[in-house]
Amino acid sequence: MDNLQILVAAPVFSVQLLIDGILVGAVFALAAYGMALVWGVMNIINIAQGEFVILGGYVTWAVAQAGFHPFLGVPVSFIALFAVGWILYRAVVARVVDRDLFISILATFGISILMQQVMNQVFTADVQTAQSGLGTLFLFEGQVTVAQIKIVAFVFALALGGALVVFMRRSRLGKAIRATAQNARAARILGVDTGRVYAITYSLNAAICGAAGALVVMIWVIQPFIGLAYTVRSFMIVVVAGLGNLAGVVAAGLGLGAAENFAGFILGAEFQTAFIFSLLVVILLGRNLRLRRQRRVLR
Amino acid sequence: MTSLTTRVGMLAAGLAVGGLLAAGPAMAKVEGDTIVFGAAVSFTGKYSTNGKHTKNGYDLAAKRLNDMGGIEVAGKRYNVKIQYYDDESTPARNAQLAERLINQDGIKFILGPYGSGPTKGMAPIIEKYKIPMVEANGASRSLFNKGYRYLFAVLSTSEQYLAEAINLAAKLSAAEGRRVQDLKVAIAVENDPFSQDIRAGVIDDAKRWGMRVVIDDKLPKELNDMTATLTKVKAVKPDVLVVSGHSKGAALAIRQVHEMKVDVPMLAITHCEAADVIGKFGAAADYTLCATQWDETMSYRDGWFGSAGDYAKTFQAAYGYVPPYQAAESSAAVLVWADALKRAGTFDTEAVRDALAQTDMQTFYGNIKFDETGKNIAKPMVLRQIQNGKLVPVAPVEFAAKKTIFPRPMWSER
Amino acid sequence: MSRTAALYGAVGVAALLAPLVFPAFQTQLAFLWVMVLFALTWDVMGGQMGYNSFGNVFYLGLGMYVTAVVQRDLYFDVEEYAHVAGAVGTLSAGEYLTGLALGLALAGVAAVLAAAVLGSGILGLRGHYFAICTLGLGIAAGEIAGGIDYIGAGSGLVTPVFPDALGRRGMFFYYLFFALAVATFFTLRWLYAGRFGLAINAIRDDEDKAEAMGIHTTRYKTVAWCVSAFFLGIAGGGVGNLVGFIDPTDVAFAGATFGVWMVLMAILGGKGTLWGPVIGAVIFHVTQELFWTYLFGWQRVALGALIIVIVVFFPQGILGWVRQRWPERFGHRVDEEARAPGGGA
Repeated sequence: MDNLQILVAAPVFSVQLLIDGILVGAVFALAAYGMALVWGVMNIINIAQGEFVILGGYVTWAVAQAGFHPFLGVPVSFIALFAVGWILYRAVVARVVDRDLFISILATFGISILMQQVMNQVFTADVQTAQSGLGTLFLFEGQVTVAQIKIVAFVFALALGGALVVFMRRSRLGKAIRATAQNARAARILGVDTGRVYAITYSLNAAICGAAGALVVMIWVIQPFIGLAYTVRSFMIVVVAGLGNLAGVVAAGLGLGAAENFAGFILGAEFQTAFIFSLLVVILLGRNLRLRRQRRVLR
Repeated sequence: MTSLTTRVGMLAAGLAVGGLLAAGPAMAKVEGDTIVFGAAVSFTGKYSTNGKHTKNGYDLAAKRLNDMGGIEVAGKRYNVKIQYYDDESTPARNAQLAERLINQDGIKFILGPYGSGPTKGMAPIIEKYKIPMVEANGASRSLFNKGYRYLFAVLSTSEQYLAEAINLAAKLSAAEGRRVQDLKVAIAVENDPFSQDIRAGVIDDAKRWGMRVVIDDKLPKELNDMTATLTKVKAVKPDVLVVSGHSKGAALAIRQVHEMKVDVPMLAITHCEAADVIGKFGAAADYTLCATQWDETMSYRDGWFGSAGDYAKTFQAAYGYVPPYQAAESSAAVLVWADALKRAGTFDTEAVRDALAQTDMQTFYGNIKFDETGKNIAKPMVLRQIQNGKLVPVAPVEFAAKKTIFPRPMWSER
Repeated sequence: MSRTAALYGAVGVAALLAPLVFPAFQTQLAFLWVMVLFALTWDVMGGQMGYNSFGNVFYLGLGMYVTAVVQRDLYFDVEEYAHVAGAVGTLSAGEYLTGLALGLALAGVAAVLAAAVLGSGILGLRGHYFAICTLGLGIAAGEIAGGIDYIGAGSGLVTPVFPDALGRRGMFFYYLFFALAVATFFTLRWLYAGRFGLAINAIRDDEDKAEAMGIHTTRYKTVAWCVSAFFLGIAGGGVGNLVGFIDPTDVAFAGATFGVWMVLMAILGGKGTLWGPVIGAVIFHVTQELFWTYLFGWQRVALGALIIVIVVFFPQGILGWVRQRWPERFGHRVDEEARAPGGGA
């Protein structure tokens, strides 16, 4: 518990952990929003979420390698992953969309393995990163340092999230997506082409992840095999926040980012990943207990 | 039980046996005038980059041997061929593949996989079958305190990787007039066998000097954010920060130490070359100390490749990139086999094992002489510092081309 | 019945002779039975009861560590073990067998206890929440094991070297896993044939109705998980020794390989059937070995594609497909099953 004493003695380091955590939490929230979208509209839990993020990172990396500024990678990744999502939907997901949820989990798991391995063949297992060229922000007389790219990523993530909300509320397509989420059959009767809505929803999710991946490669490093952590984080955020609750997703995302940093600091880095996954189990059990109390099921 | 399900079951059983037979092309240890070595290396999975370096190193040496007329055993010259399997970067596979190489392919001479975990998976099997293995990429010292007789490693064991950095910090601080006992050490290494041994070596040396270990974090394998650990570093201000986590750990450490402007007088890491930290981060990587098994400026030479520099040129011509030490040590492992087989003058595995045990040679990669546990004790680790975007050997003294820059300049002064 | 007995006998004799006929393939054949065990134990929960678990590797890893720790602590000092684990002949045949037997027994016990404790909470979850929760359980366990120094932490744990006196290692483990698989198969066959099988099938079909009918669903679910965990825990102890080196995330709690294969094999063969997991495991293992040999470097790509093809086109599995194709074959079996339930599919 020495680590805890450090935080008590020098609270400024808590500020460091908190700021870092909240800024990267926005990136987690972005991927989680995409997952909530697919889950809510199509009733599919997309296990390949993390792989979309990583692939988006590679697209941005390629953009940076070609000599452009990696910021350009955000829209490029968005568009490229939209296309990838469309192809995957047509080839695989369309065939499992109305099946048992477990089948779609497995199918997207297959997609995830396939994508990992193809990325490994194409980009090799080397770690890659893209340099934004931004500097560092100093706070509290230099005691707290924040990479400016994290601030930019935070703003990007929130802006994209805001744009999506407007799209969902205002556009015809957005309304069709929401209608399908509420009741697919009714939407179909009222003339919504649900097949197309599904395709767009899945592709849009991939595109959102792609943009998140563009931010990830500028903040950290990527490798073909580290996608699962993003999938799990997305899932946790959605479970905590619920479907169709953007404010909740953002809050849960930021909270998770901060919680991870504090866990890594206090428990030691070896338990940081363990903490995330244990938290997942605890959150699910807690949710179940709460529901059980509400349901008052006969025992 | 219906006859149909049973029939499907019988069919499956038949397919199983047939399929498994098809899964193993038969091969002998020595076919005509070719000696076949076996190796299970990571072609896919998280270690596949280093697996590629390993394979390139093996292949280059095999090609060079064949171009020079092969290996002479008892007056006859034999070509060299290597039978590869993919261990998918998981030790769960290596035990199976070792048995496959030995039992199905009849291979009697084995080259090691990449990584300490996979090597740990293979070692008990080769020991069981009494088939010798020369490995070049399993550095964990726990491989060499188990009494294995058939395991030989050409590389320096992992506890030596960064221990030299601790000694260097002690000497340099003493020269500045600081008390060595006041030095604080921070350790952040990946939670895998290789890096954990690096940690053990650093802790041993820190203890010997009476230094205090103030941070001792194990980075999870999936970790991609070191913020928490580095915040701790900022809080407790150690004099030495040691990071090891294969390529990912190296890249992350350089990136985040720079971005968070963590000022620490000495930063020592592994896998600088494999992660290409200079190419990725440029000036941000400067002043970092990097552990290496080998450097192309070293003065070693042999009759196959010439000098270390010649090897680097040959490798670059063949594969188009500067050889990392993982490739160099892999080539050296093949040379050790060539030397031992020639001295043994027979293919009898016991005789070859004894010849291996008596190895005492110089290669472009360094001197090679095994102690009774099978590890190479004739070659030191080298520390290089990144100075102006170049890797410059700085320790131990006999290889030092320049002086270590210590302490690292503060970020605010760069 | 006599024909059934003859067929069981034929399969049994073939299985008994296999390692003698193909001595070079003993280890791969041993892994074949490991795969069968994986699929069978997964199907108790996933197939028969409709609780799709991604976290059964938890019991596999638990069994591995329990067995290895027993083997180590019975004859060695923890410190000393690090120095002698690899020396052949440090353990006599008797010592090795005692350690292994005790370790396997305790592995089974530990797995059952863990399943009973965890089951009370986790089995309250339904559907995909259960699936993802178990996924988290498996991964968290691997990460936590990697932080515990007593079991080697991230450096892993080496199991004692198989003593020469016991003959061929591959053969020994082949018969060990064969025996365990047969025991598992017949235990499950017996369980599915009785009230237990009907109850867990009822839970799969409609848990709320089953509860309303007066079935103590929680009790049945927990028992089912304990049964699955028991055999898987023991199998884990054996796998640890067969592999020889226990890495916390890559060997013991290997959710992305073993954990997913369990599910796939059961689905491939036909989940919710007795023979399905066996057939699925055999085909999967052989396919995988072939991929390994002939699709060098691309085998995992092929595996990913195979998963997609299986779940998209064969979600009902081979036996399910056969049943659809030739319903009359199964049609007349319904009566037979009513009389003597438990034939399986």
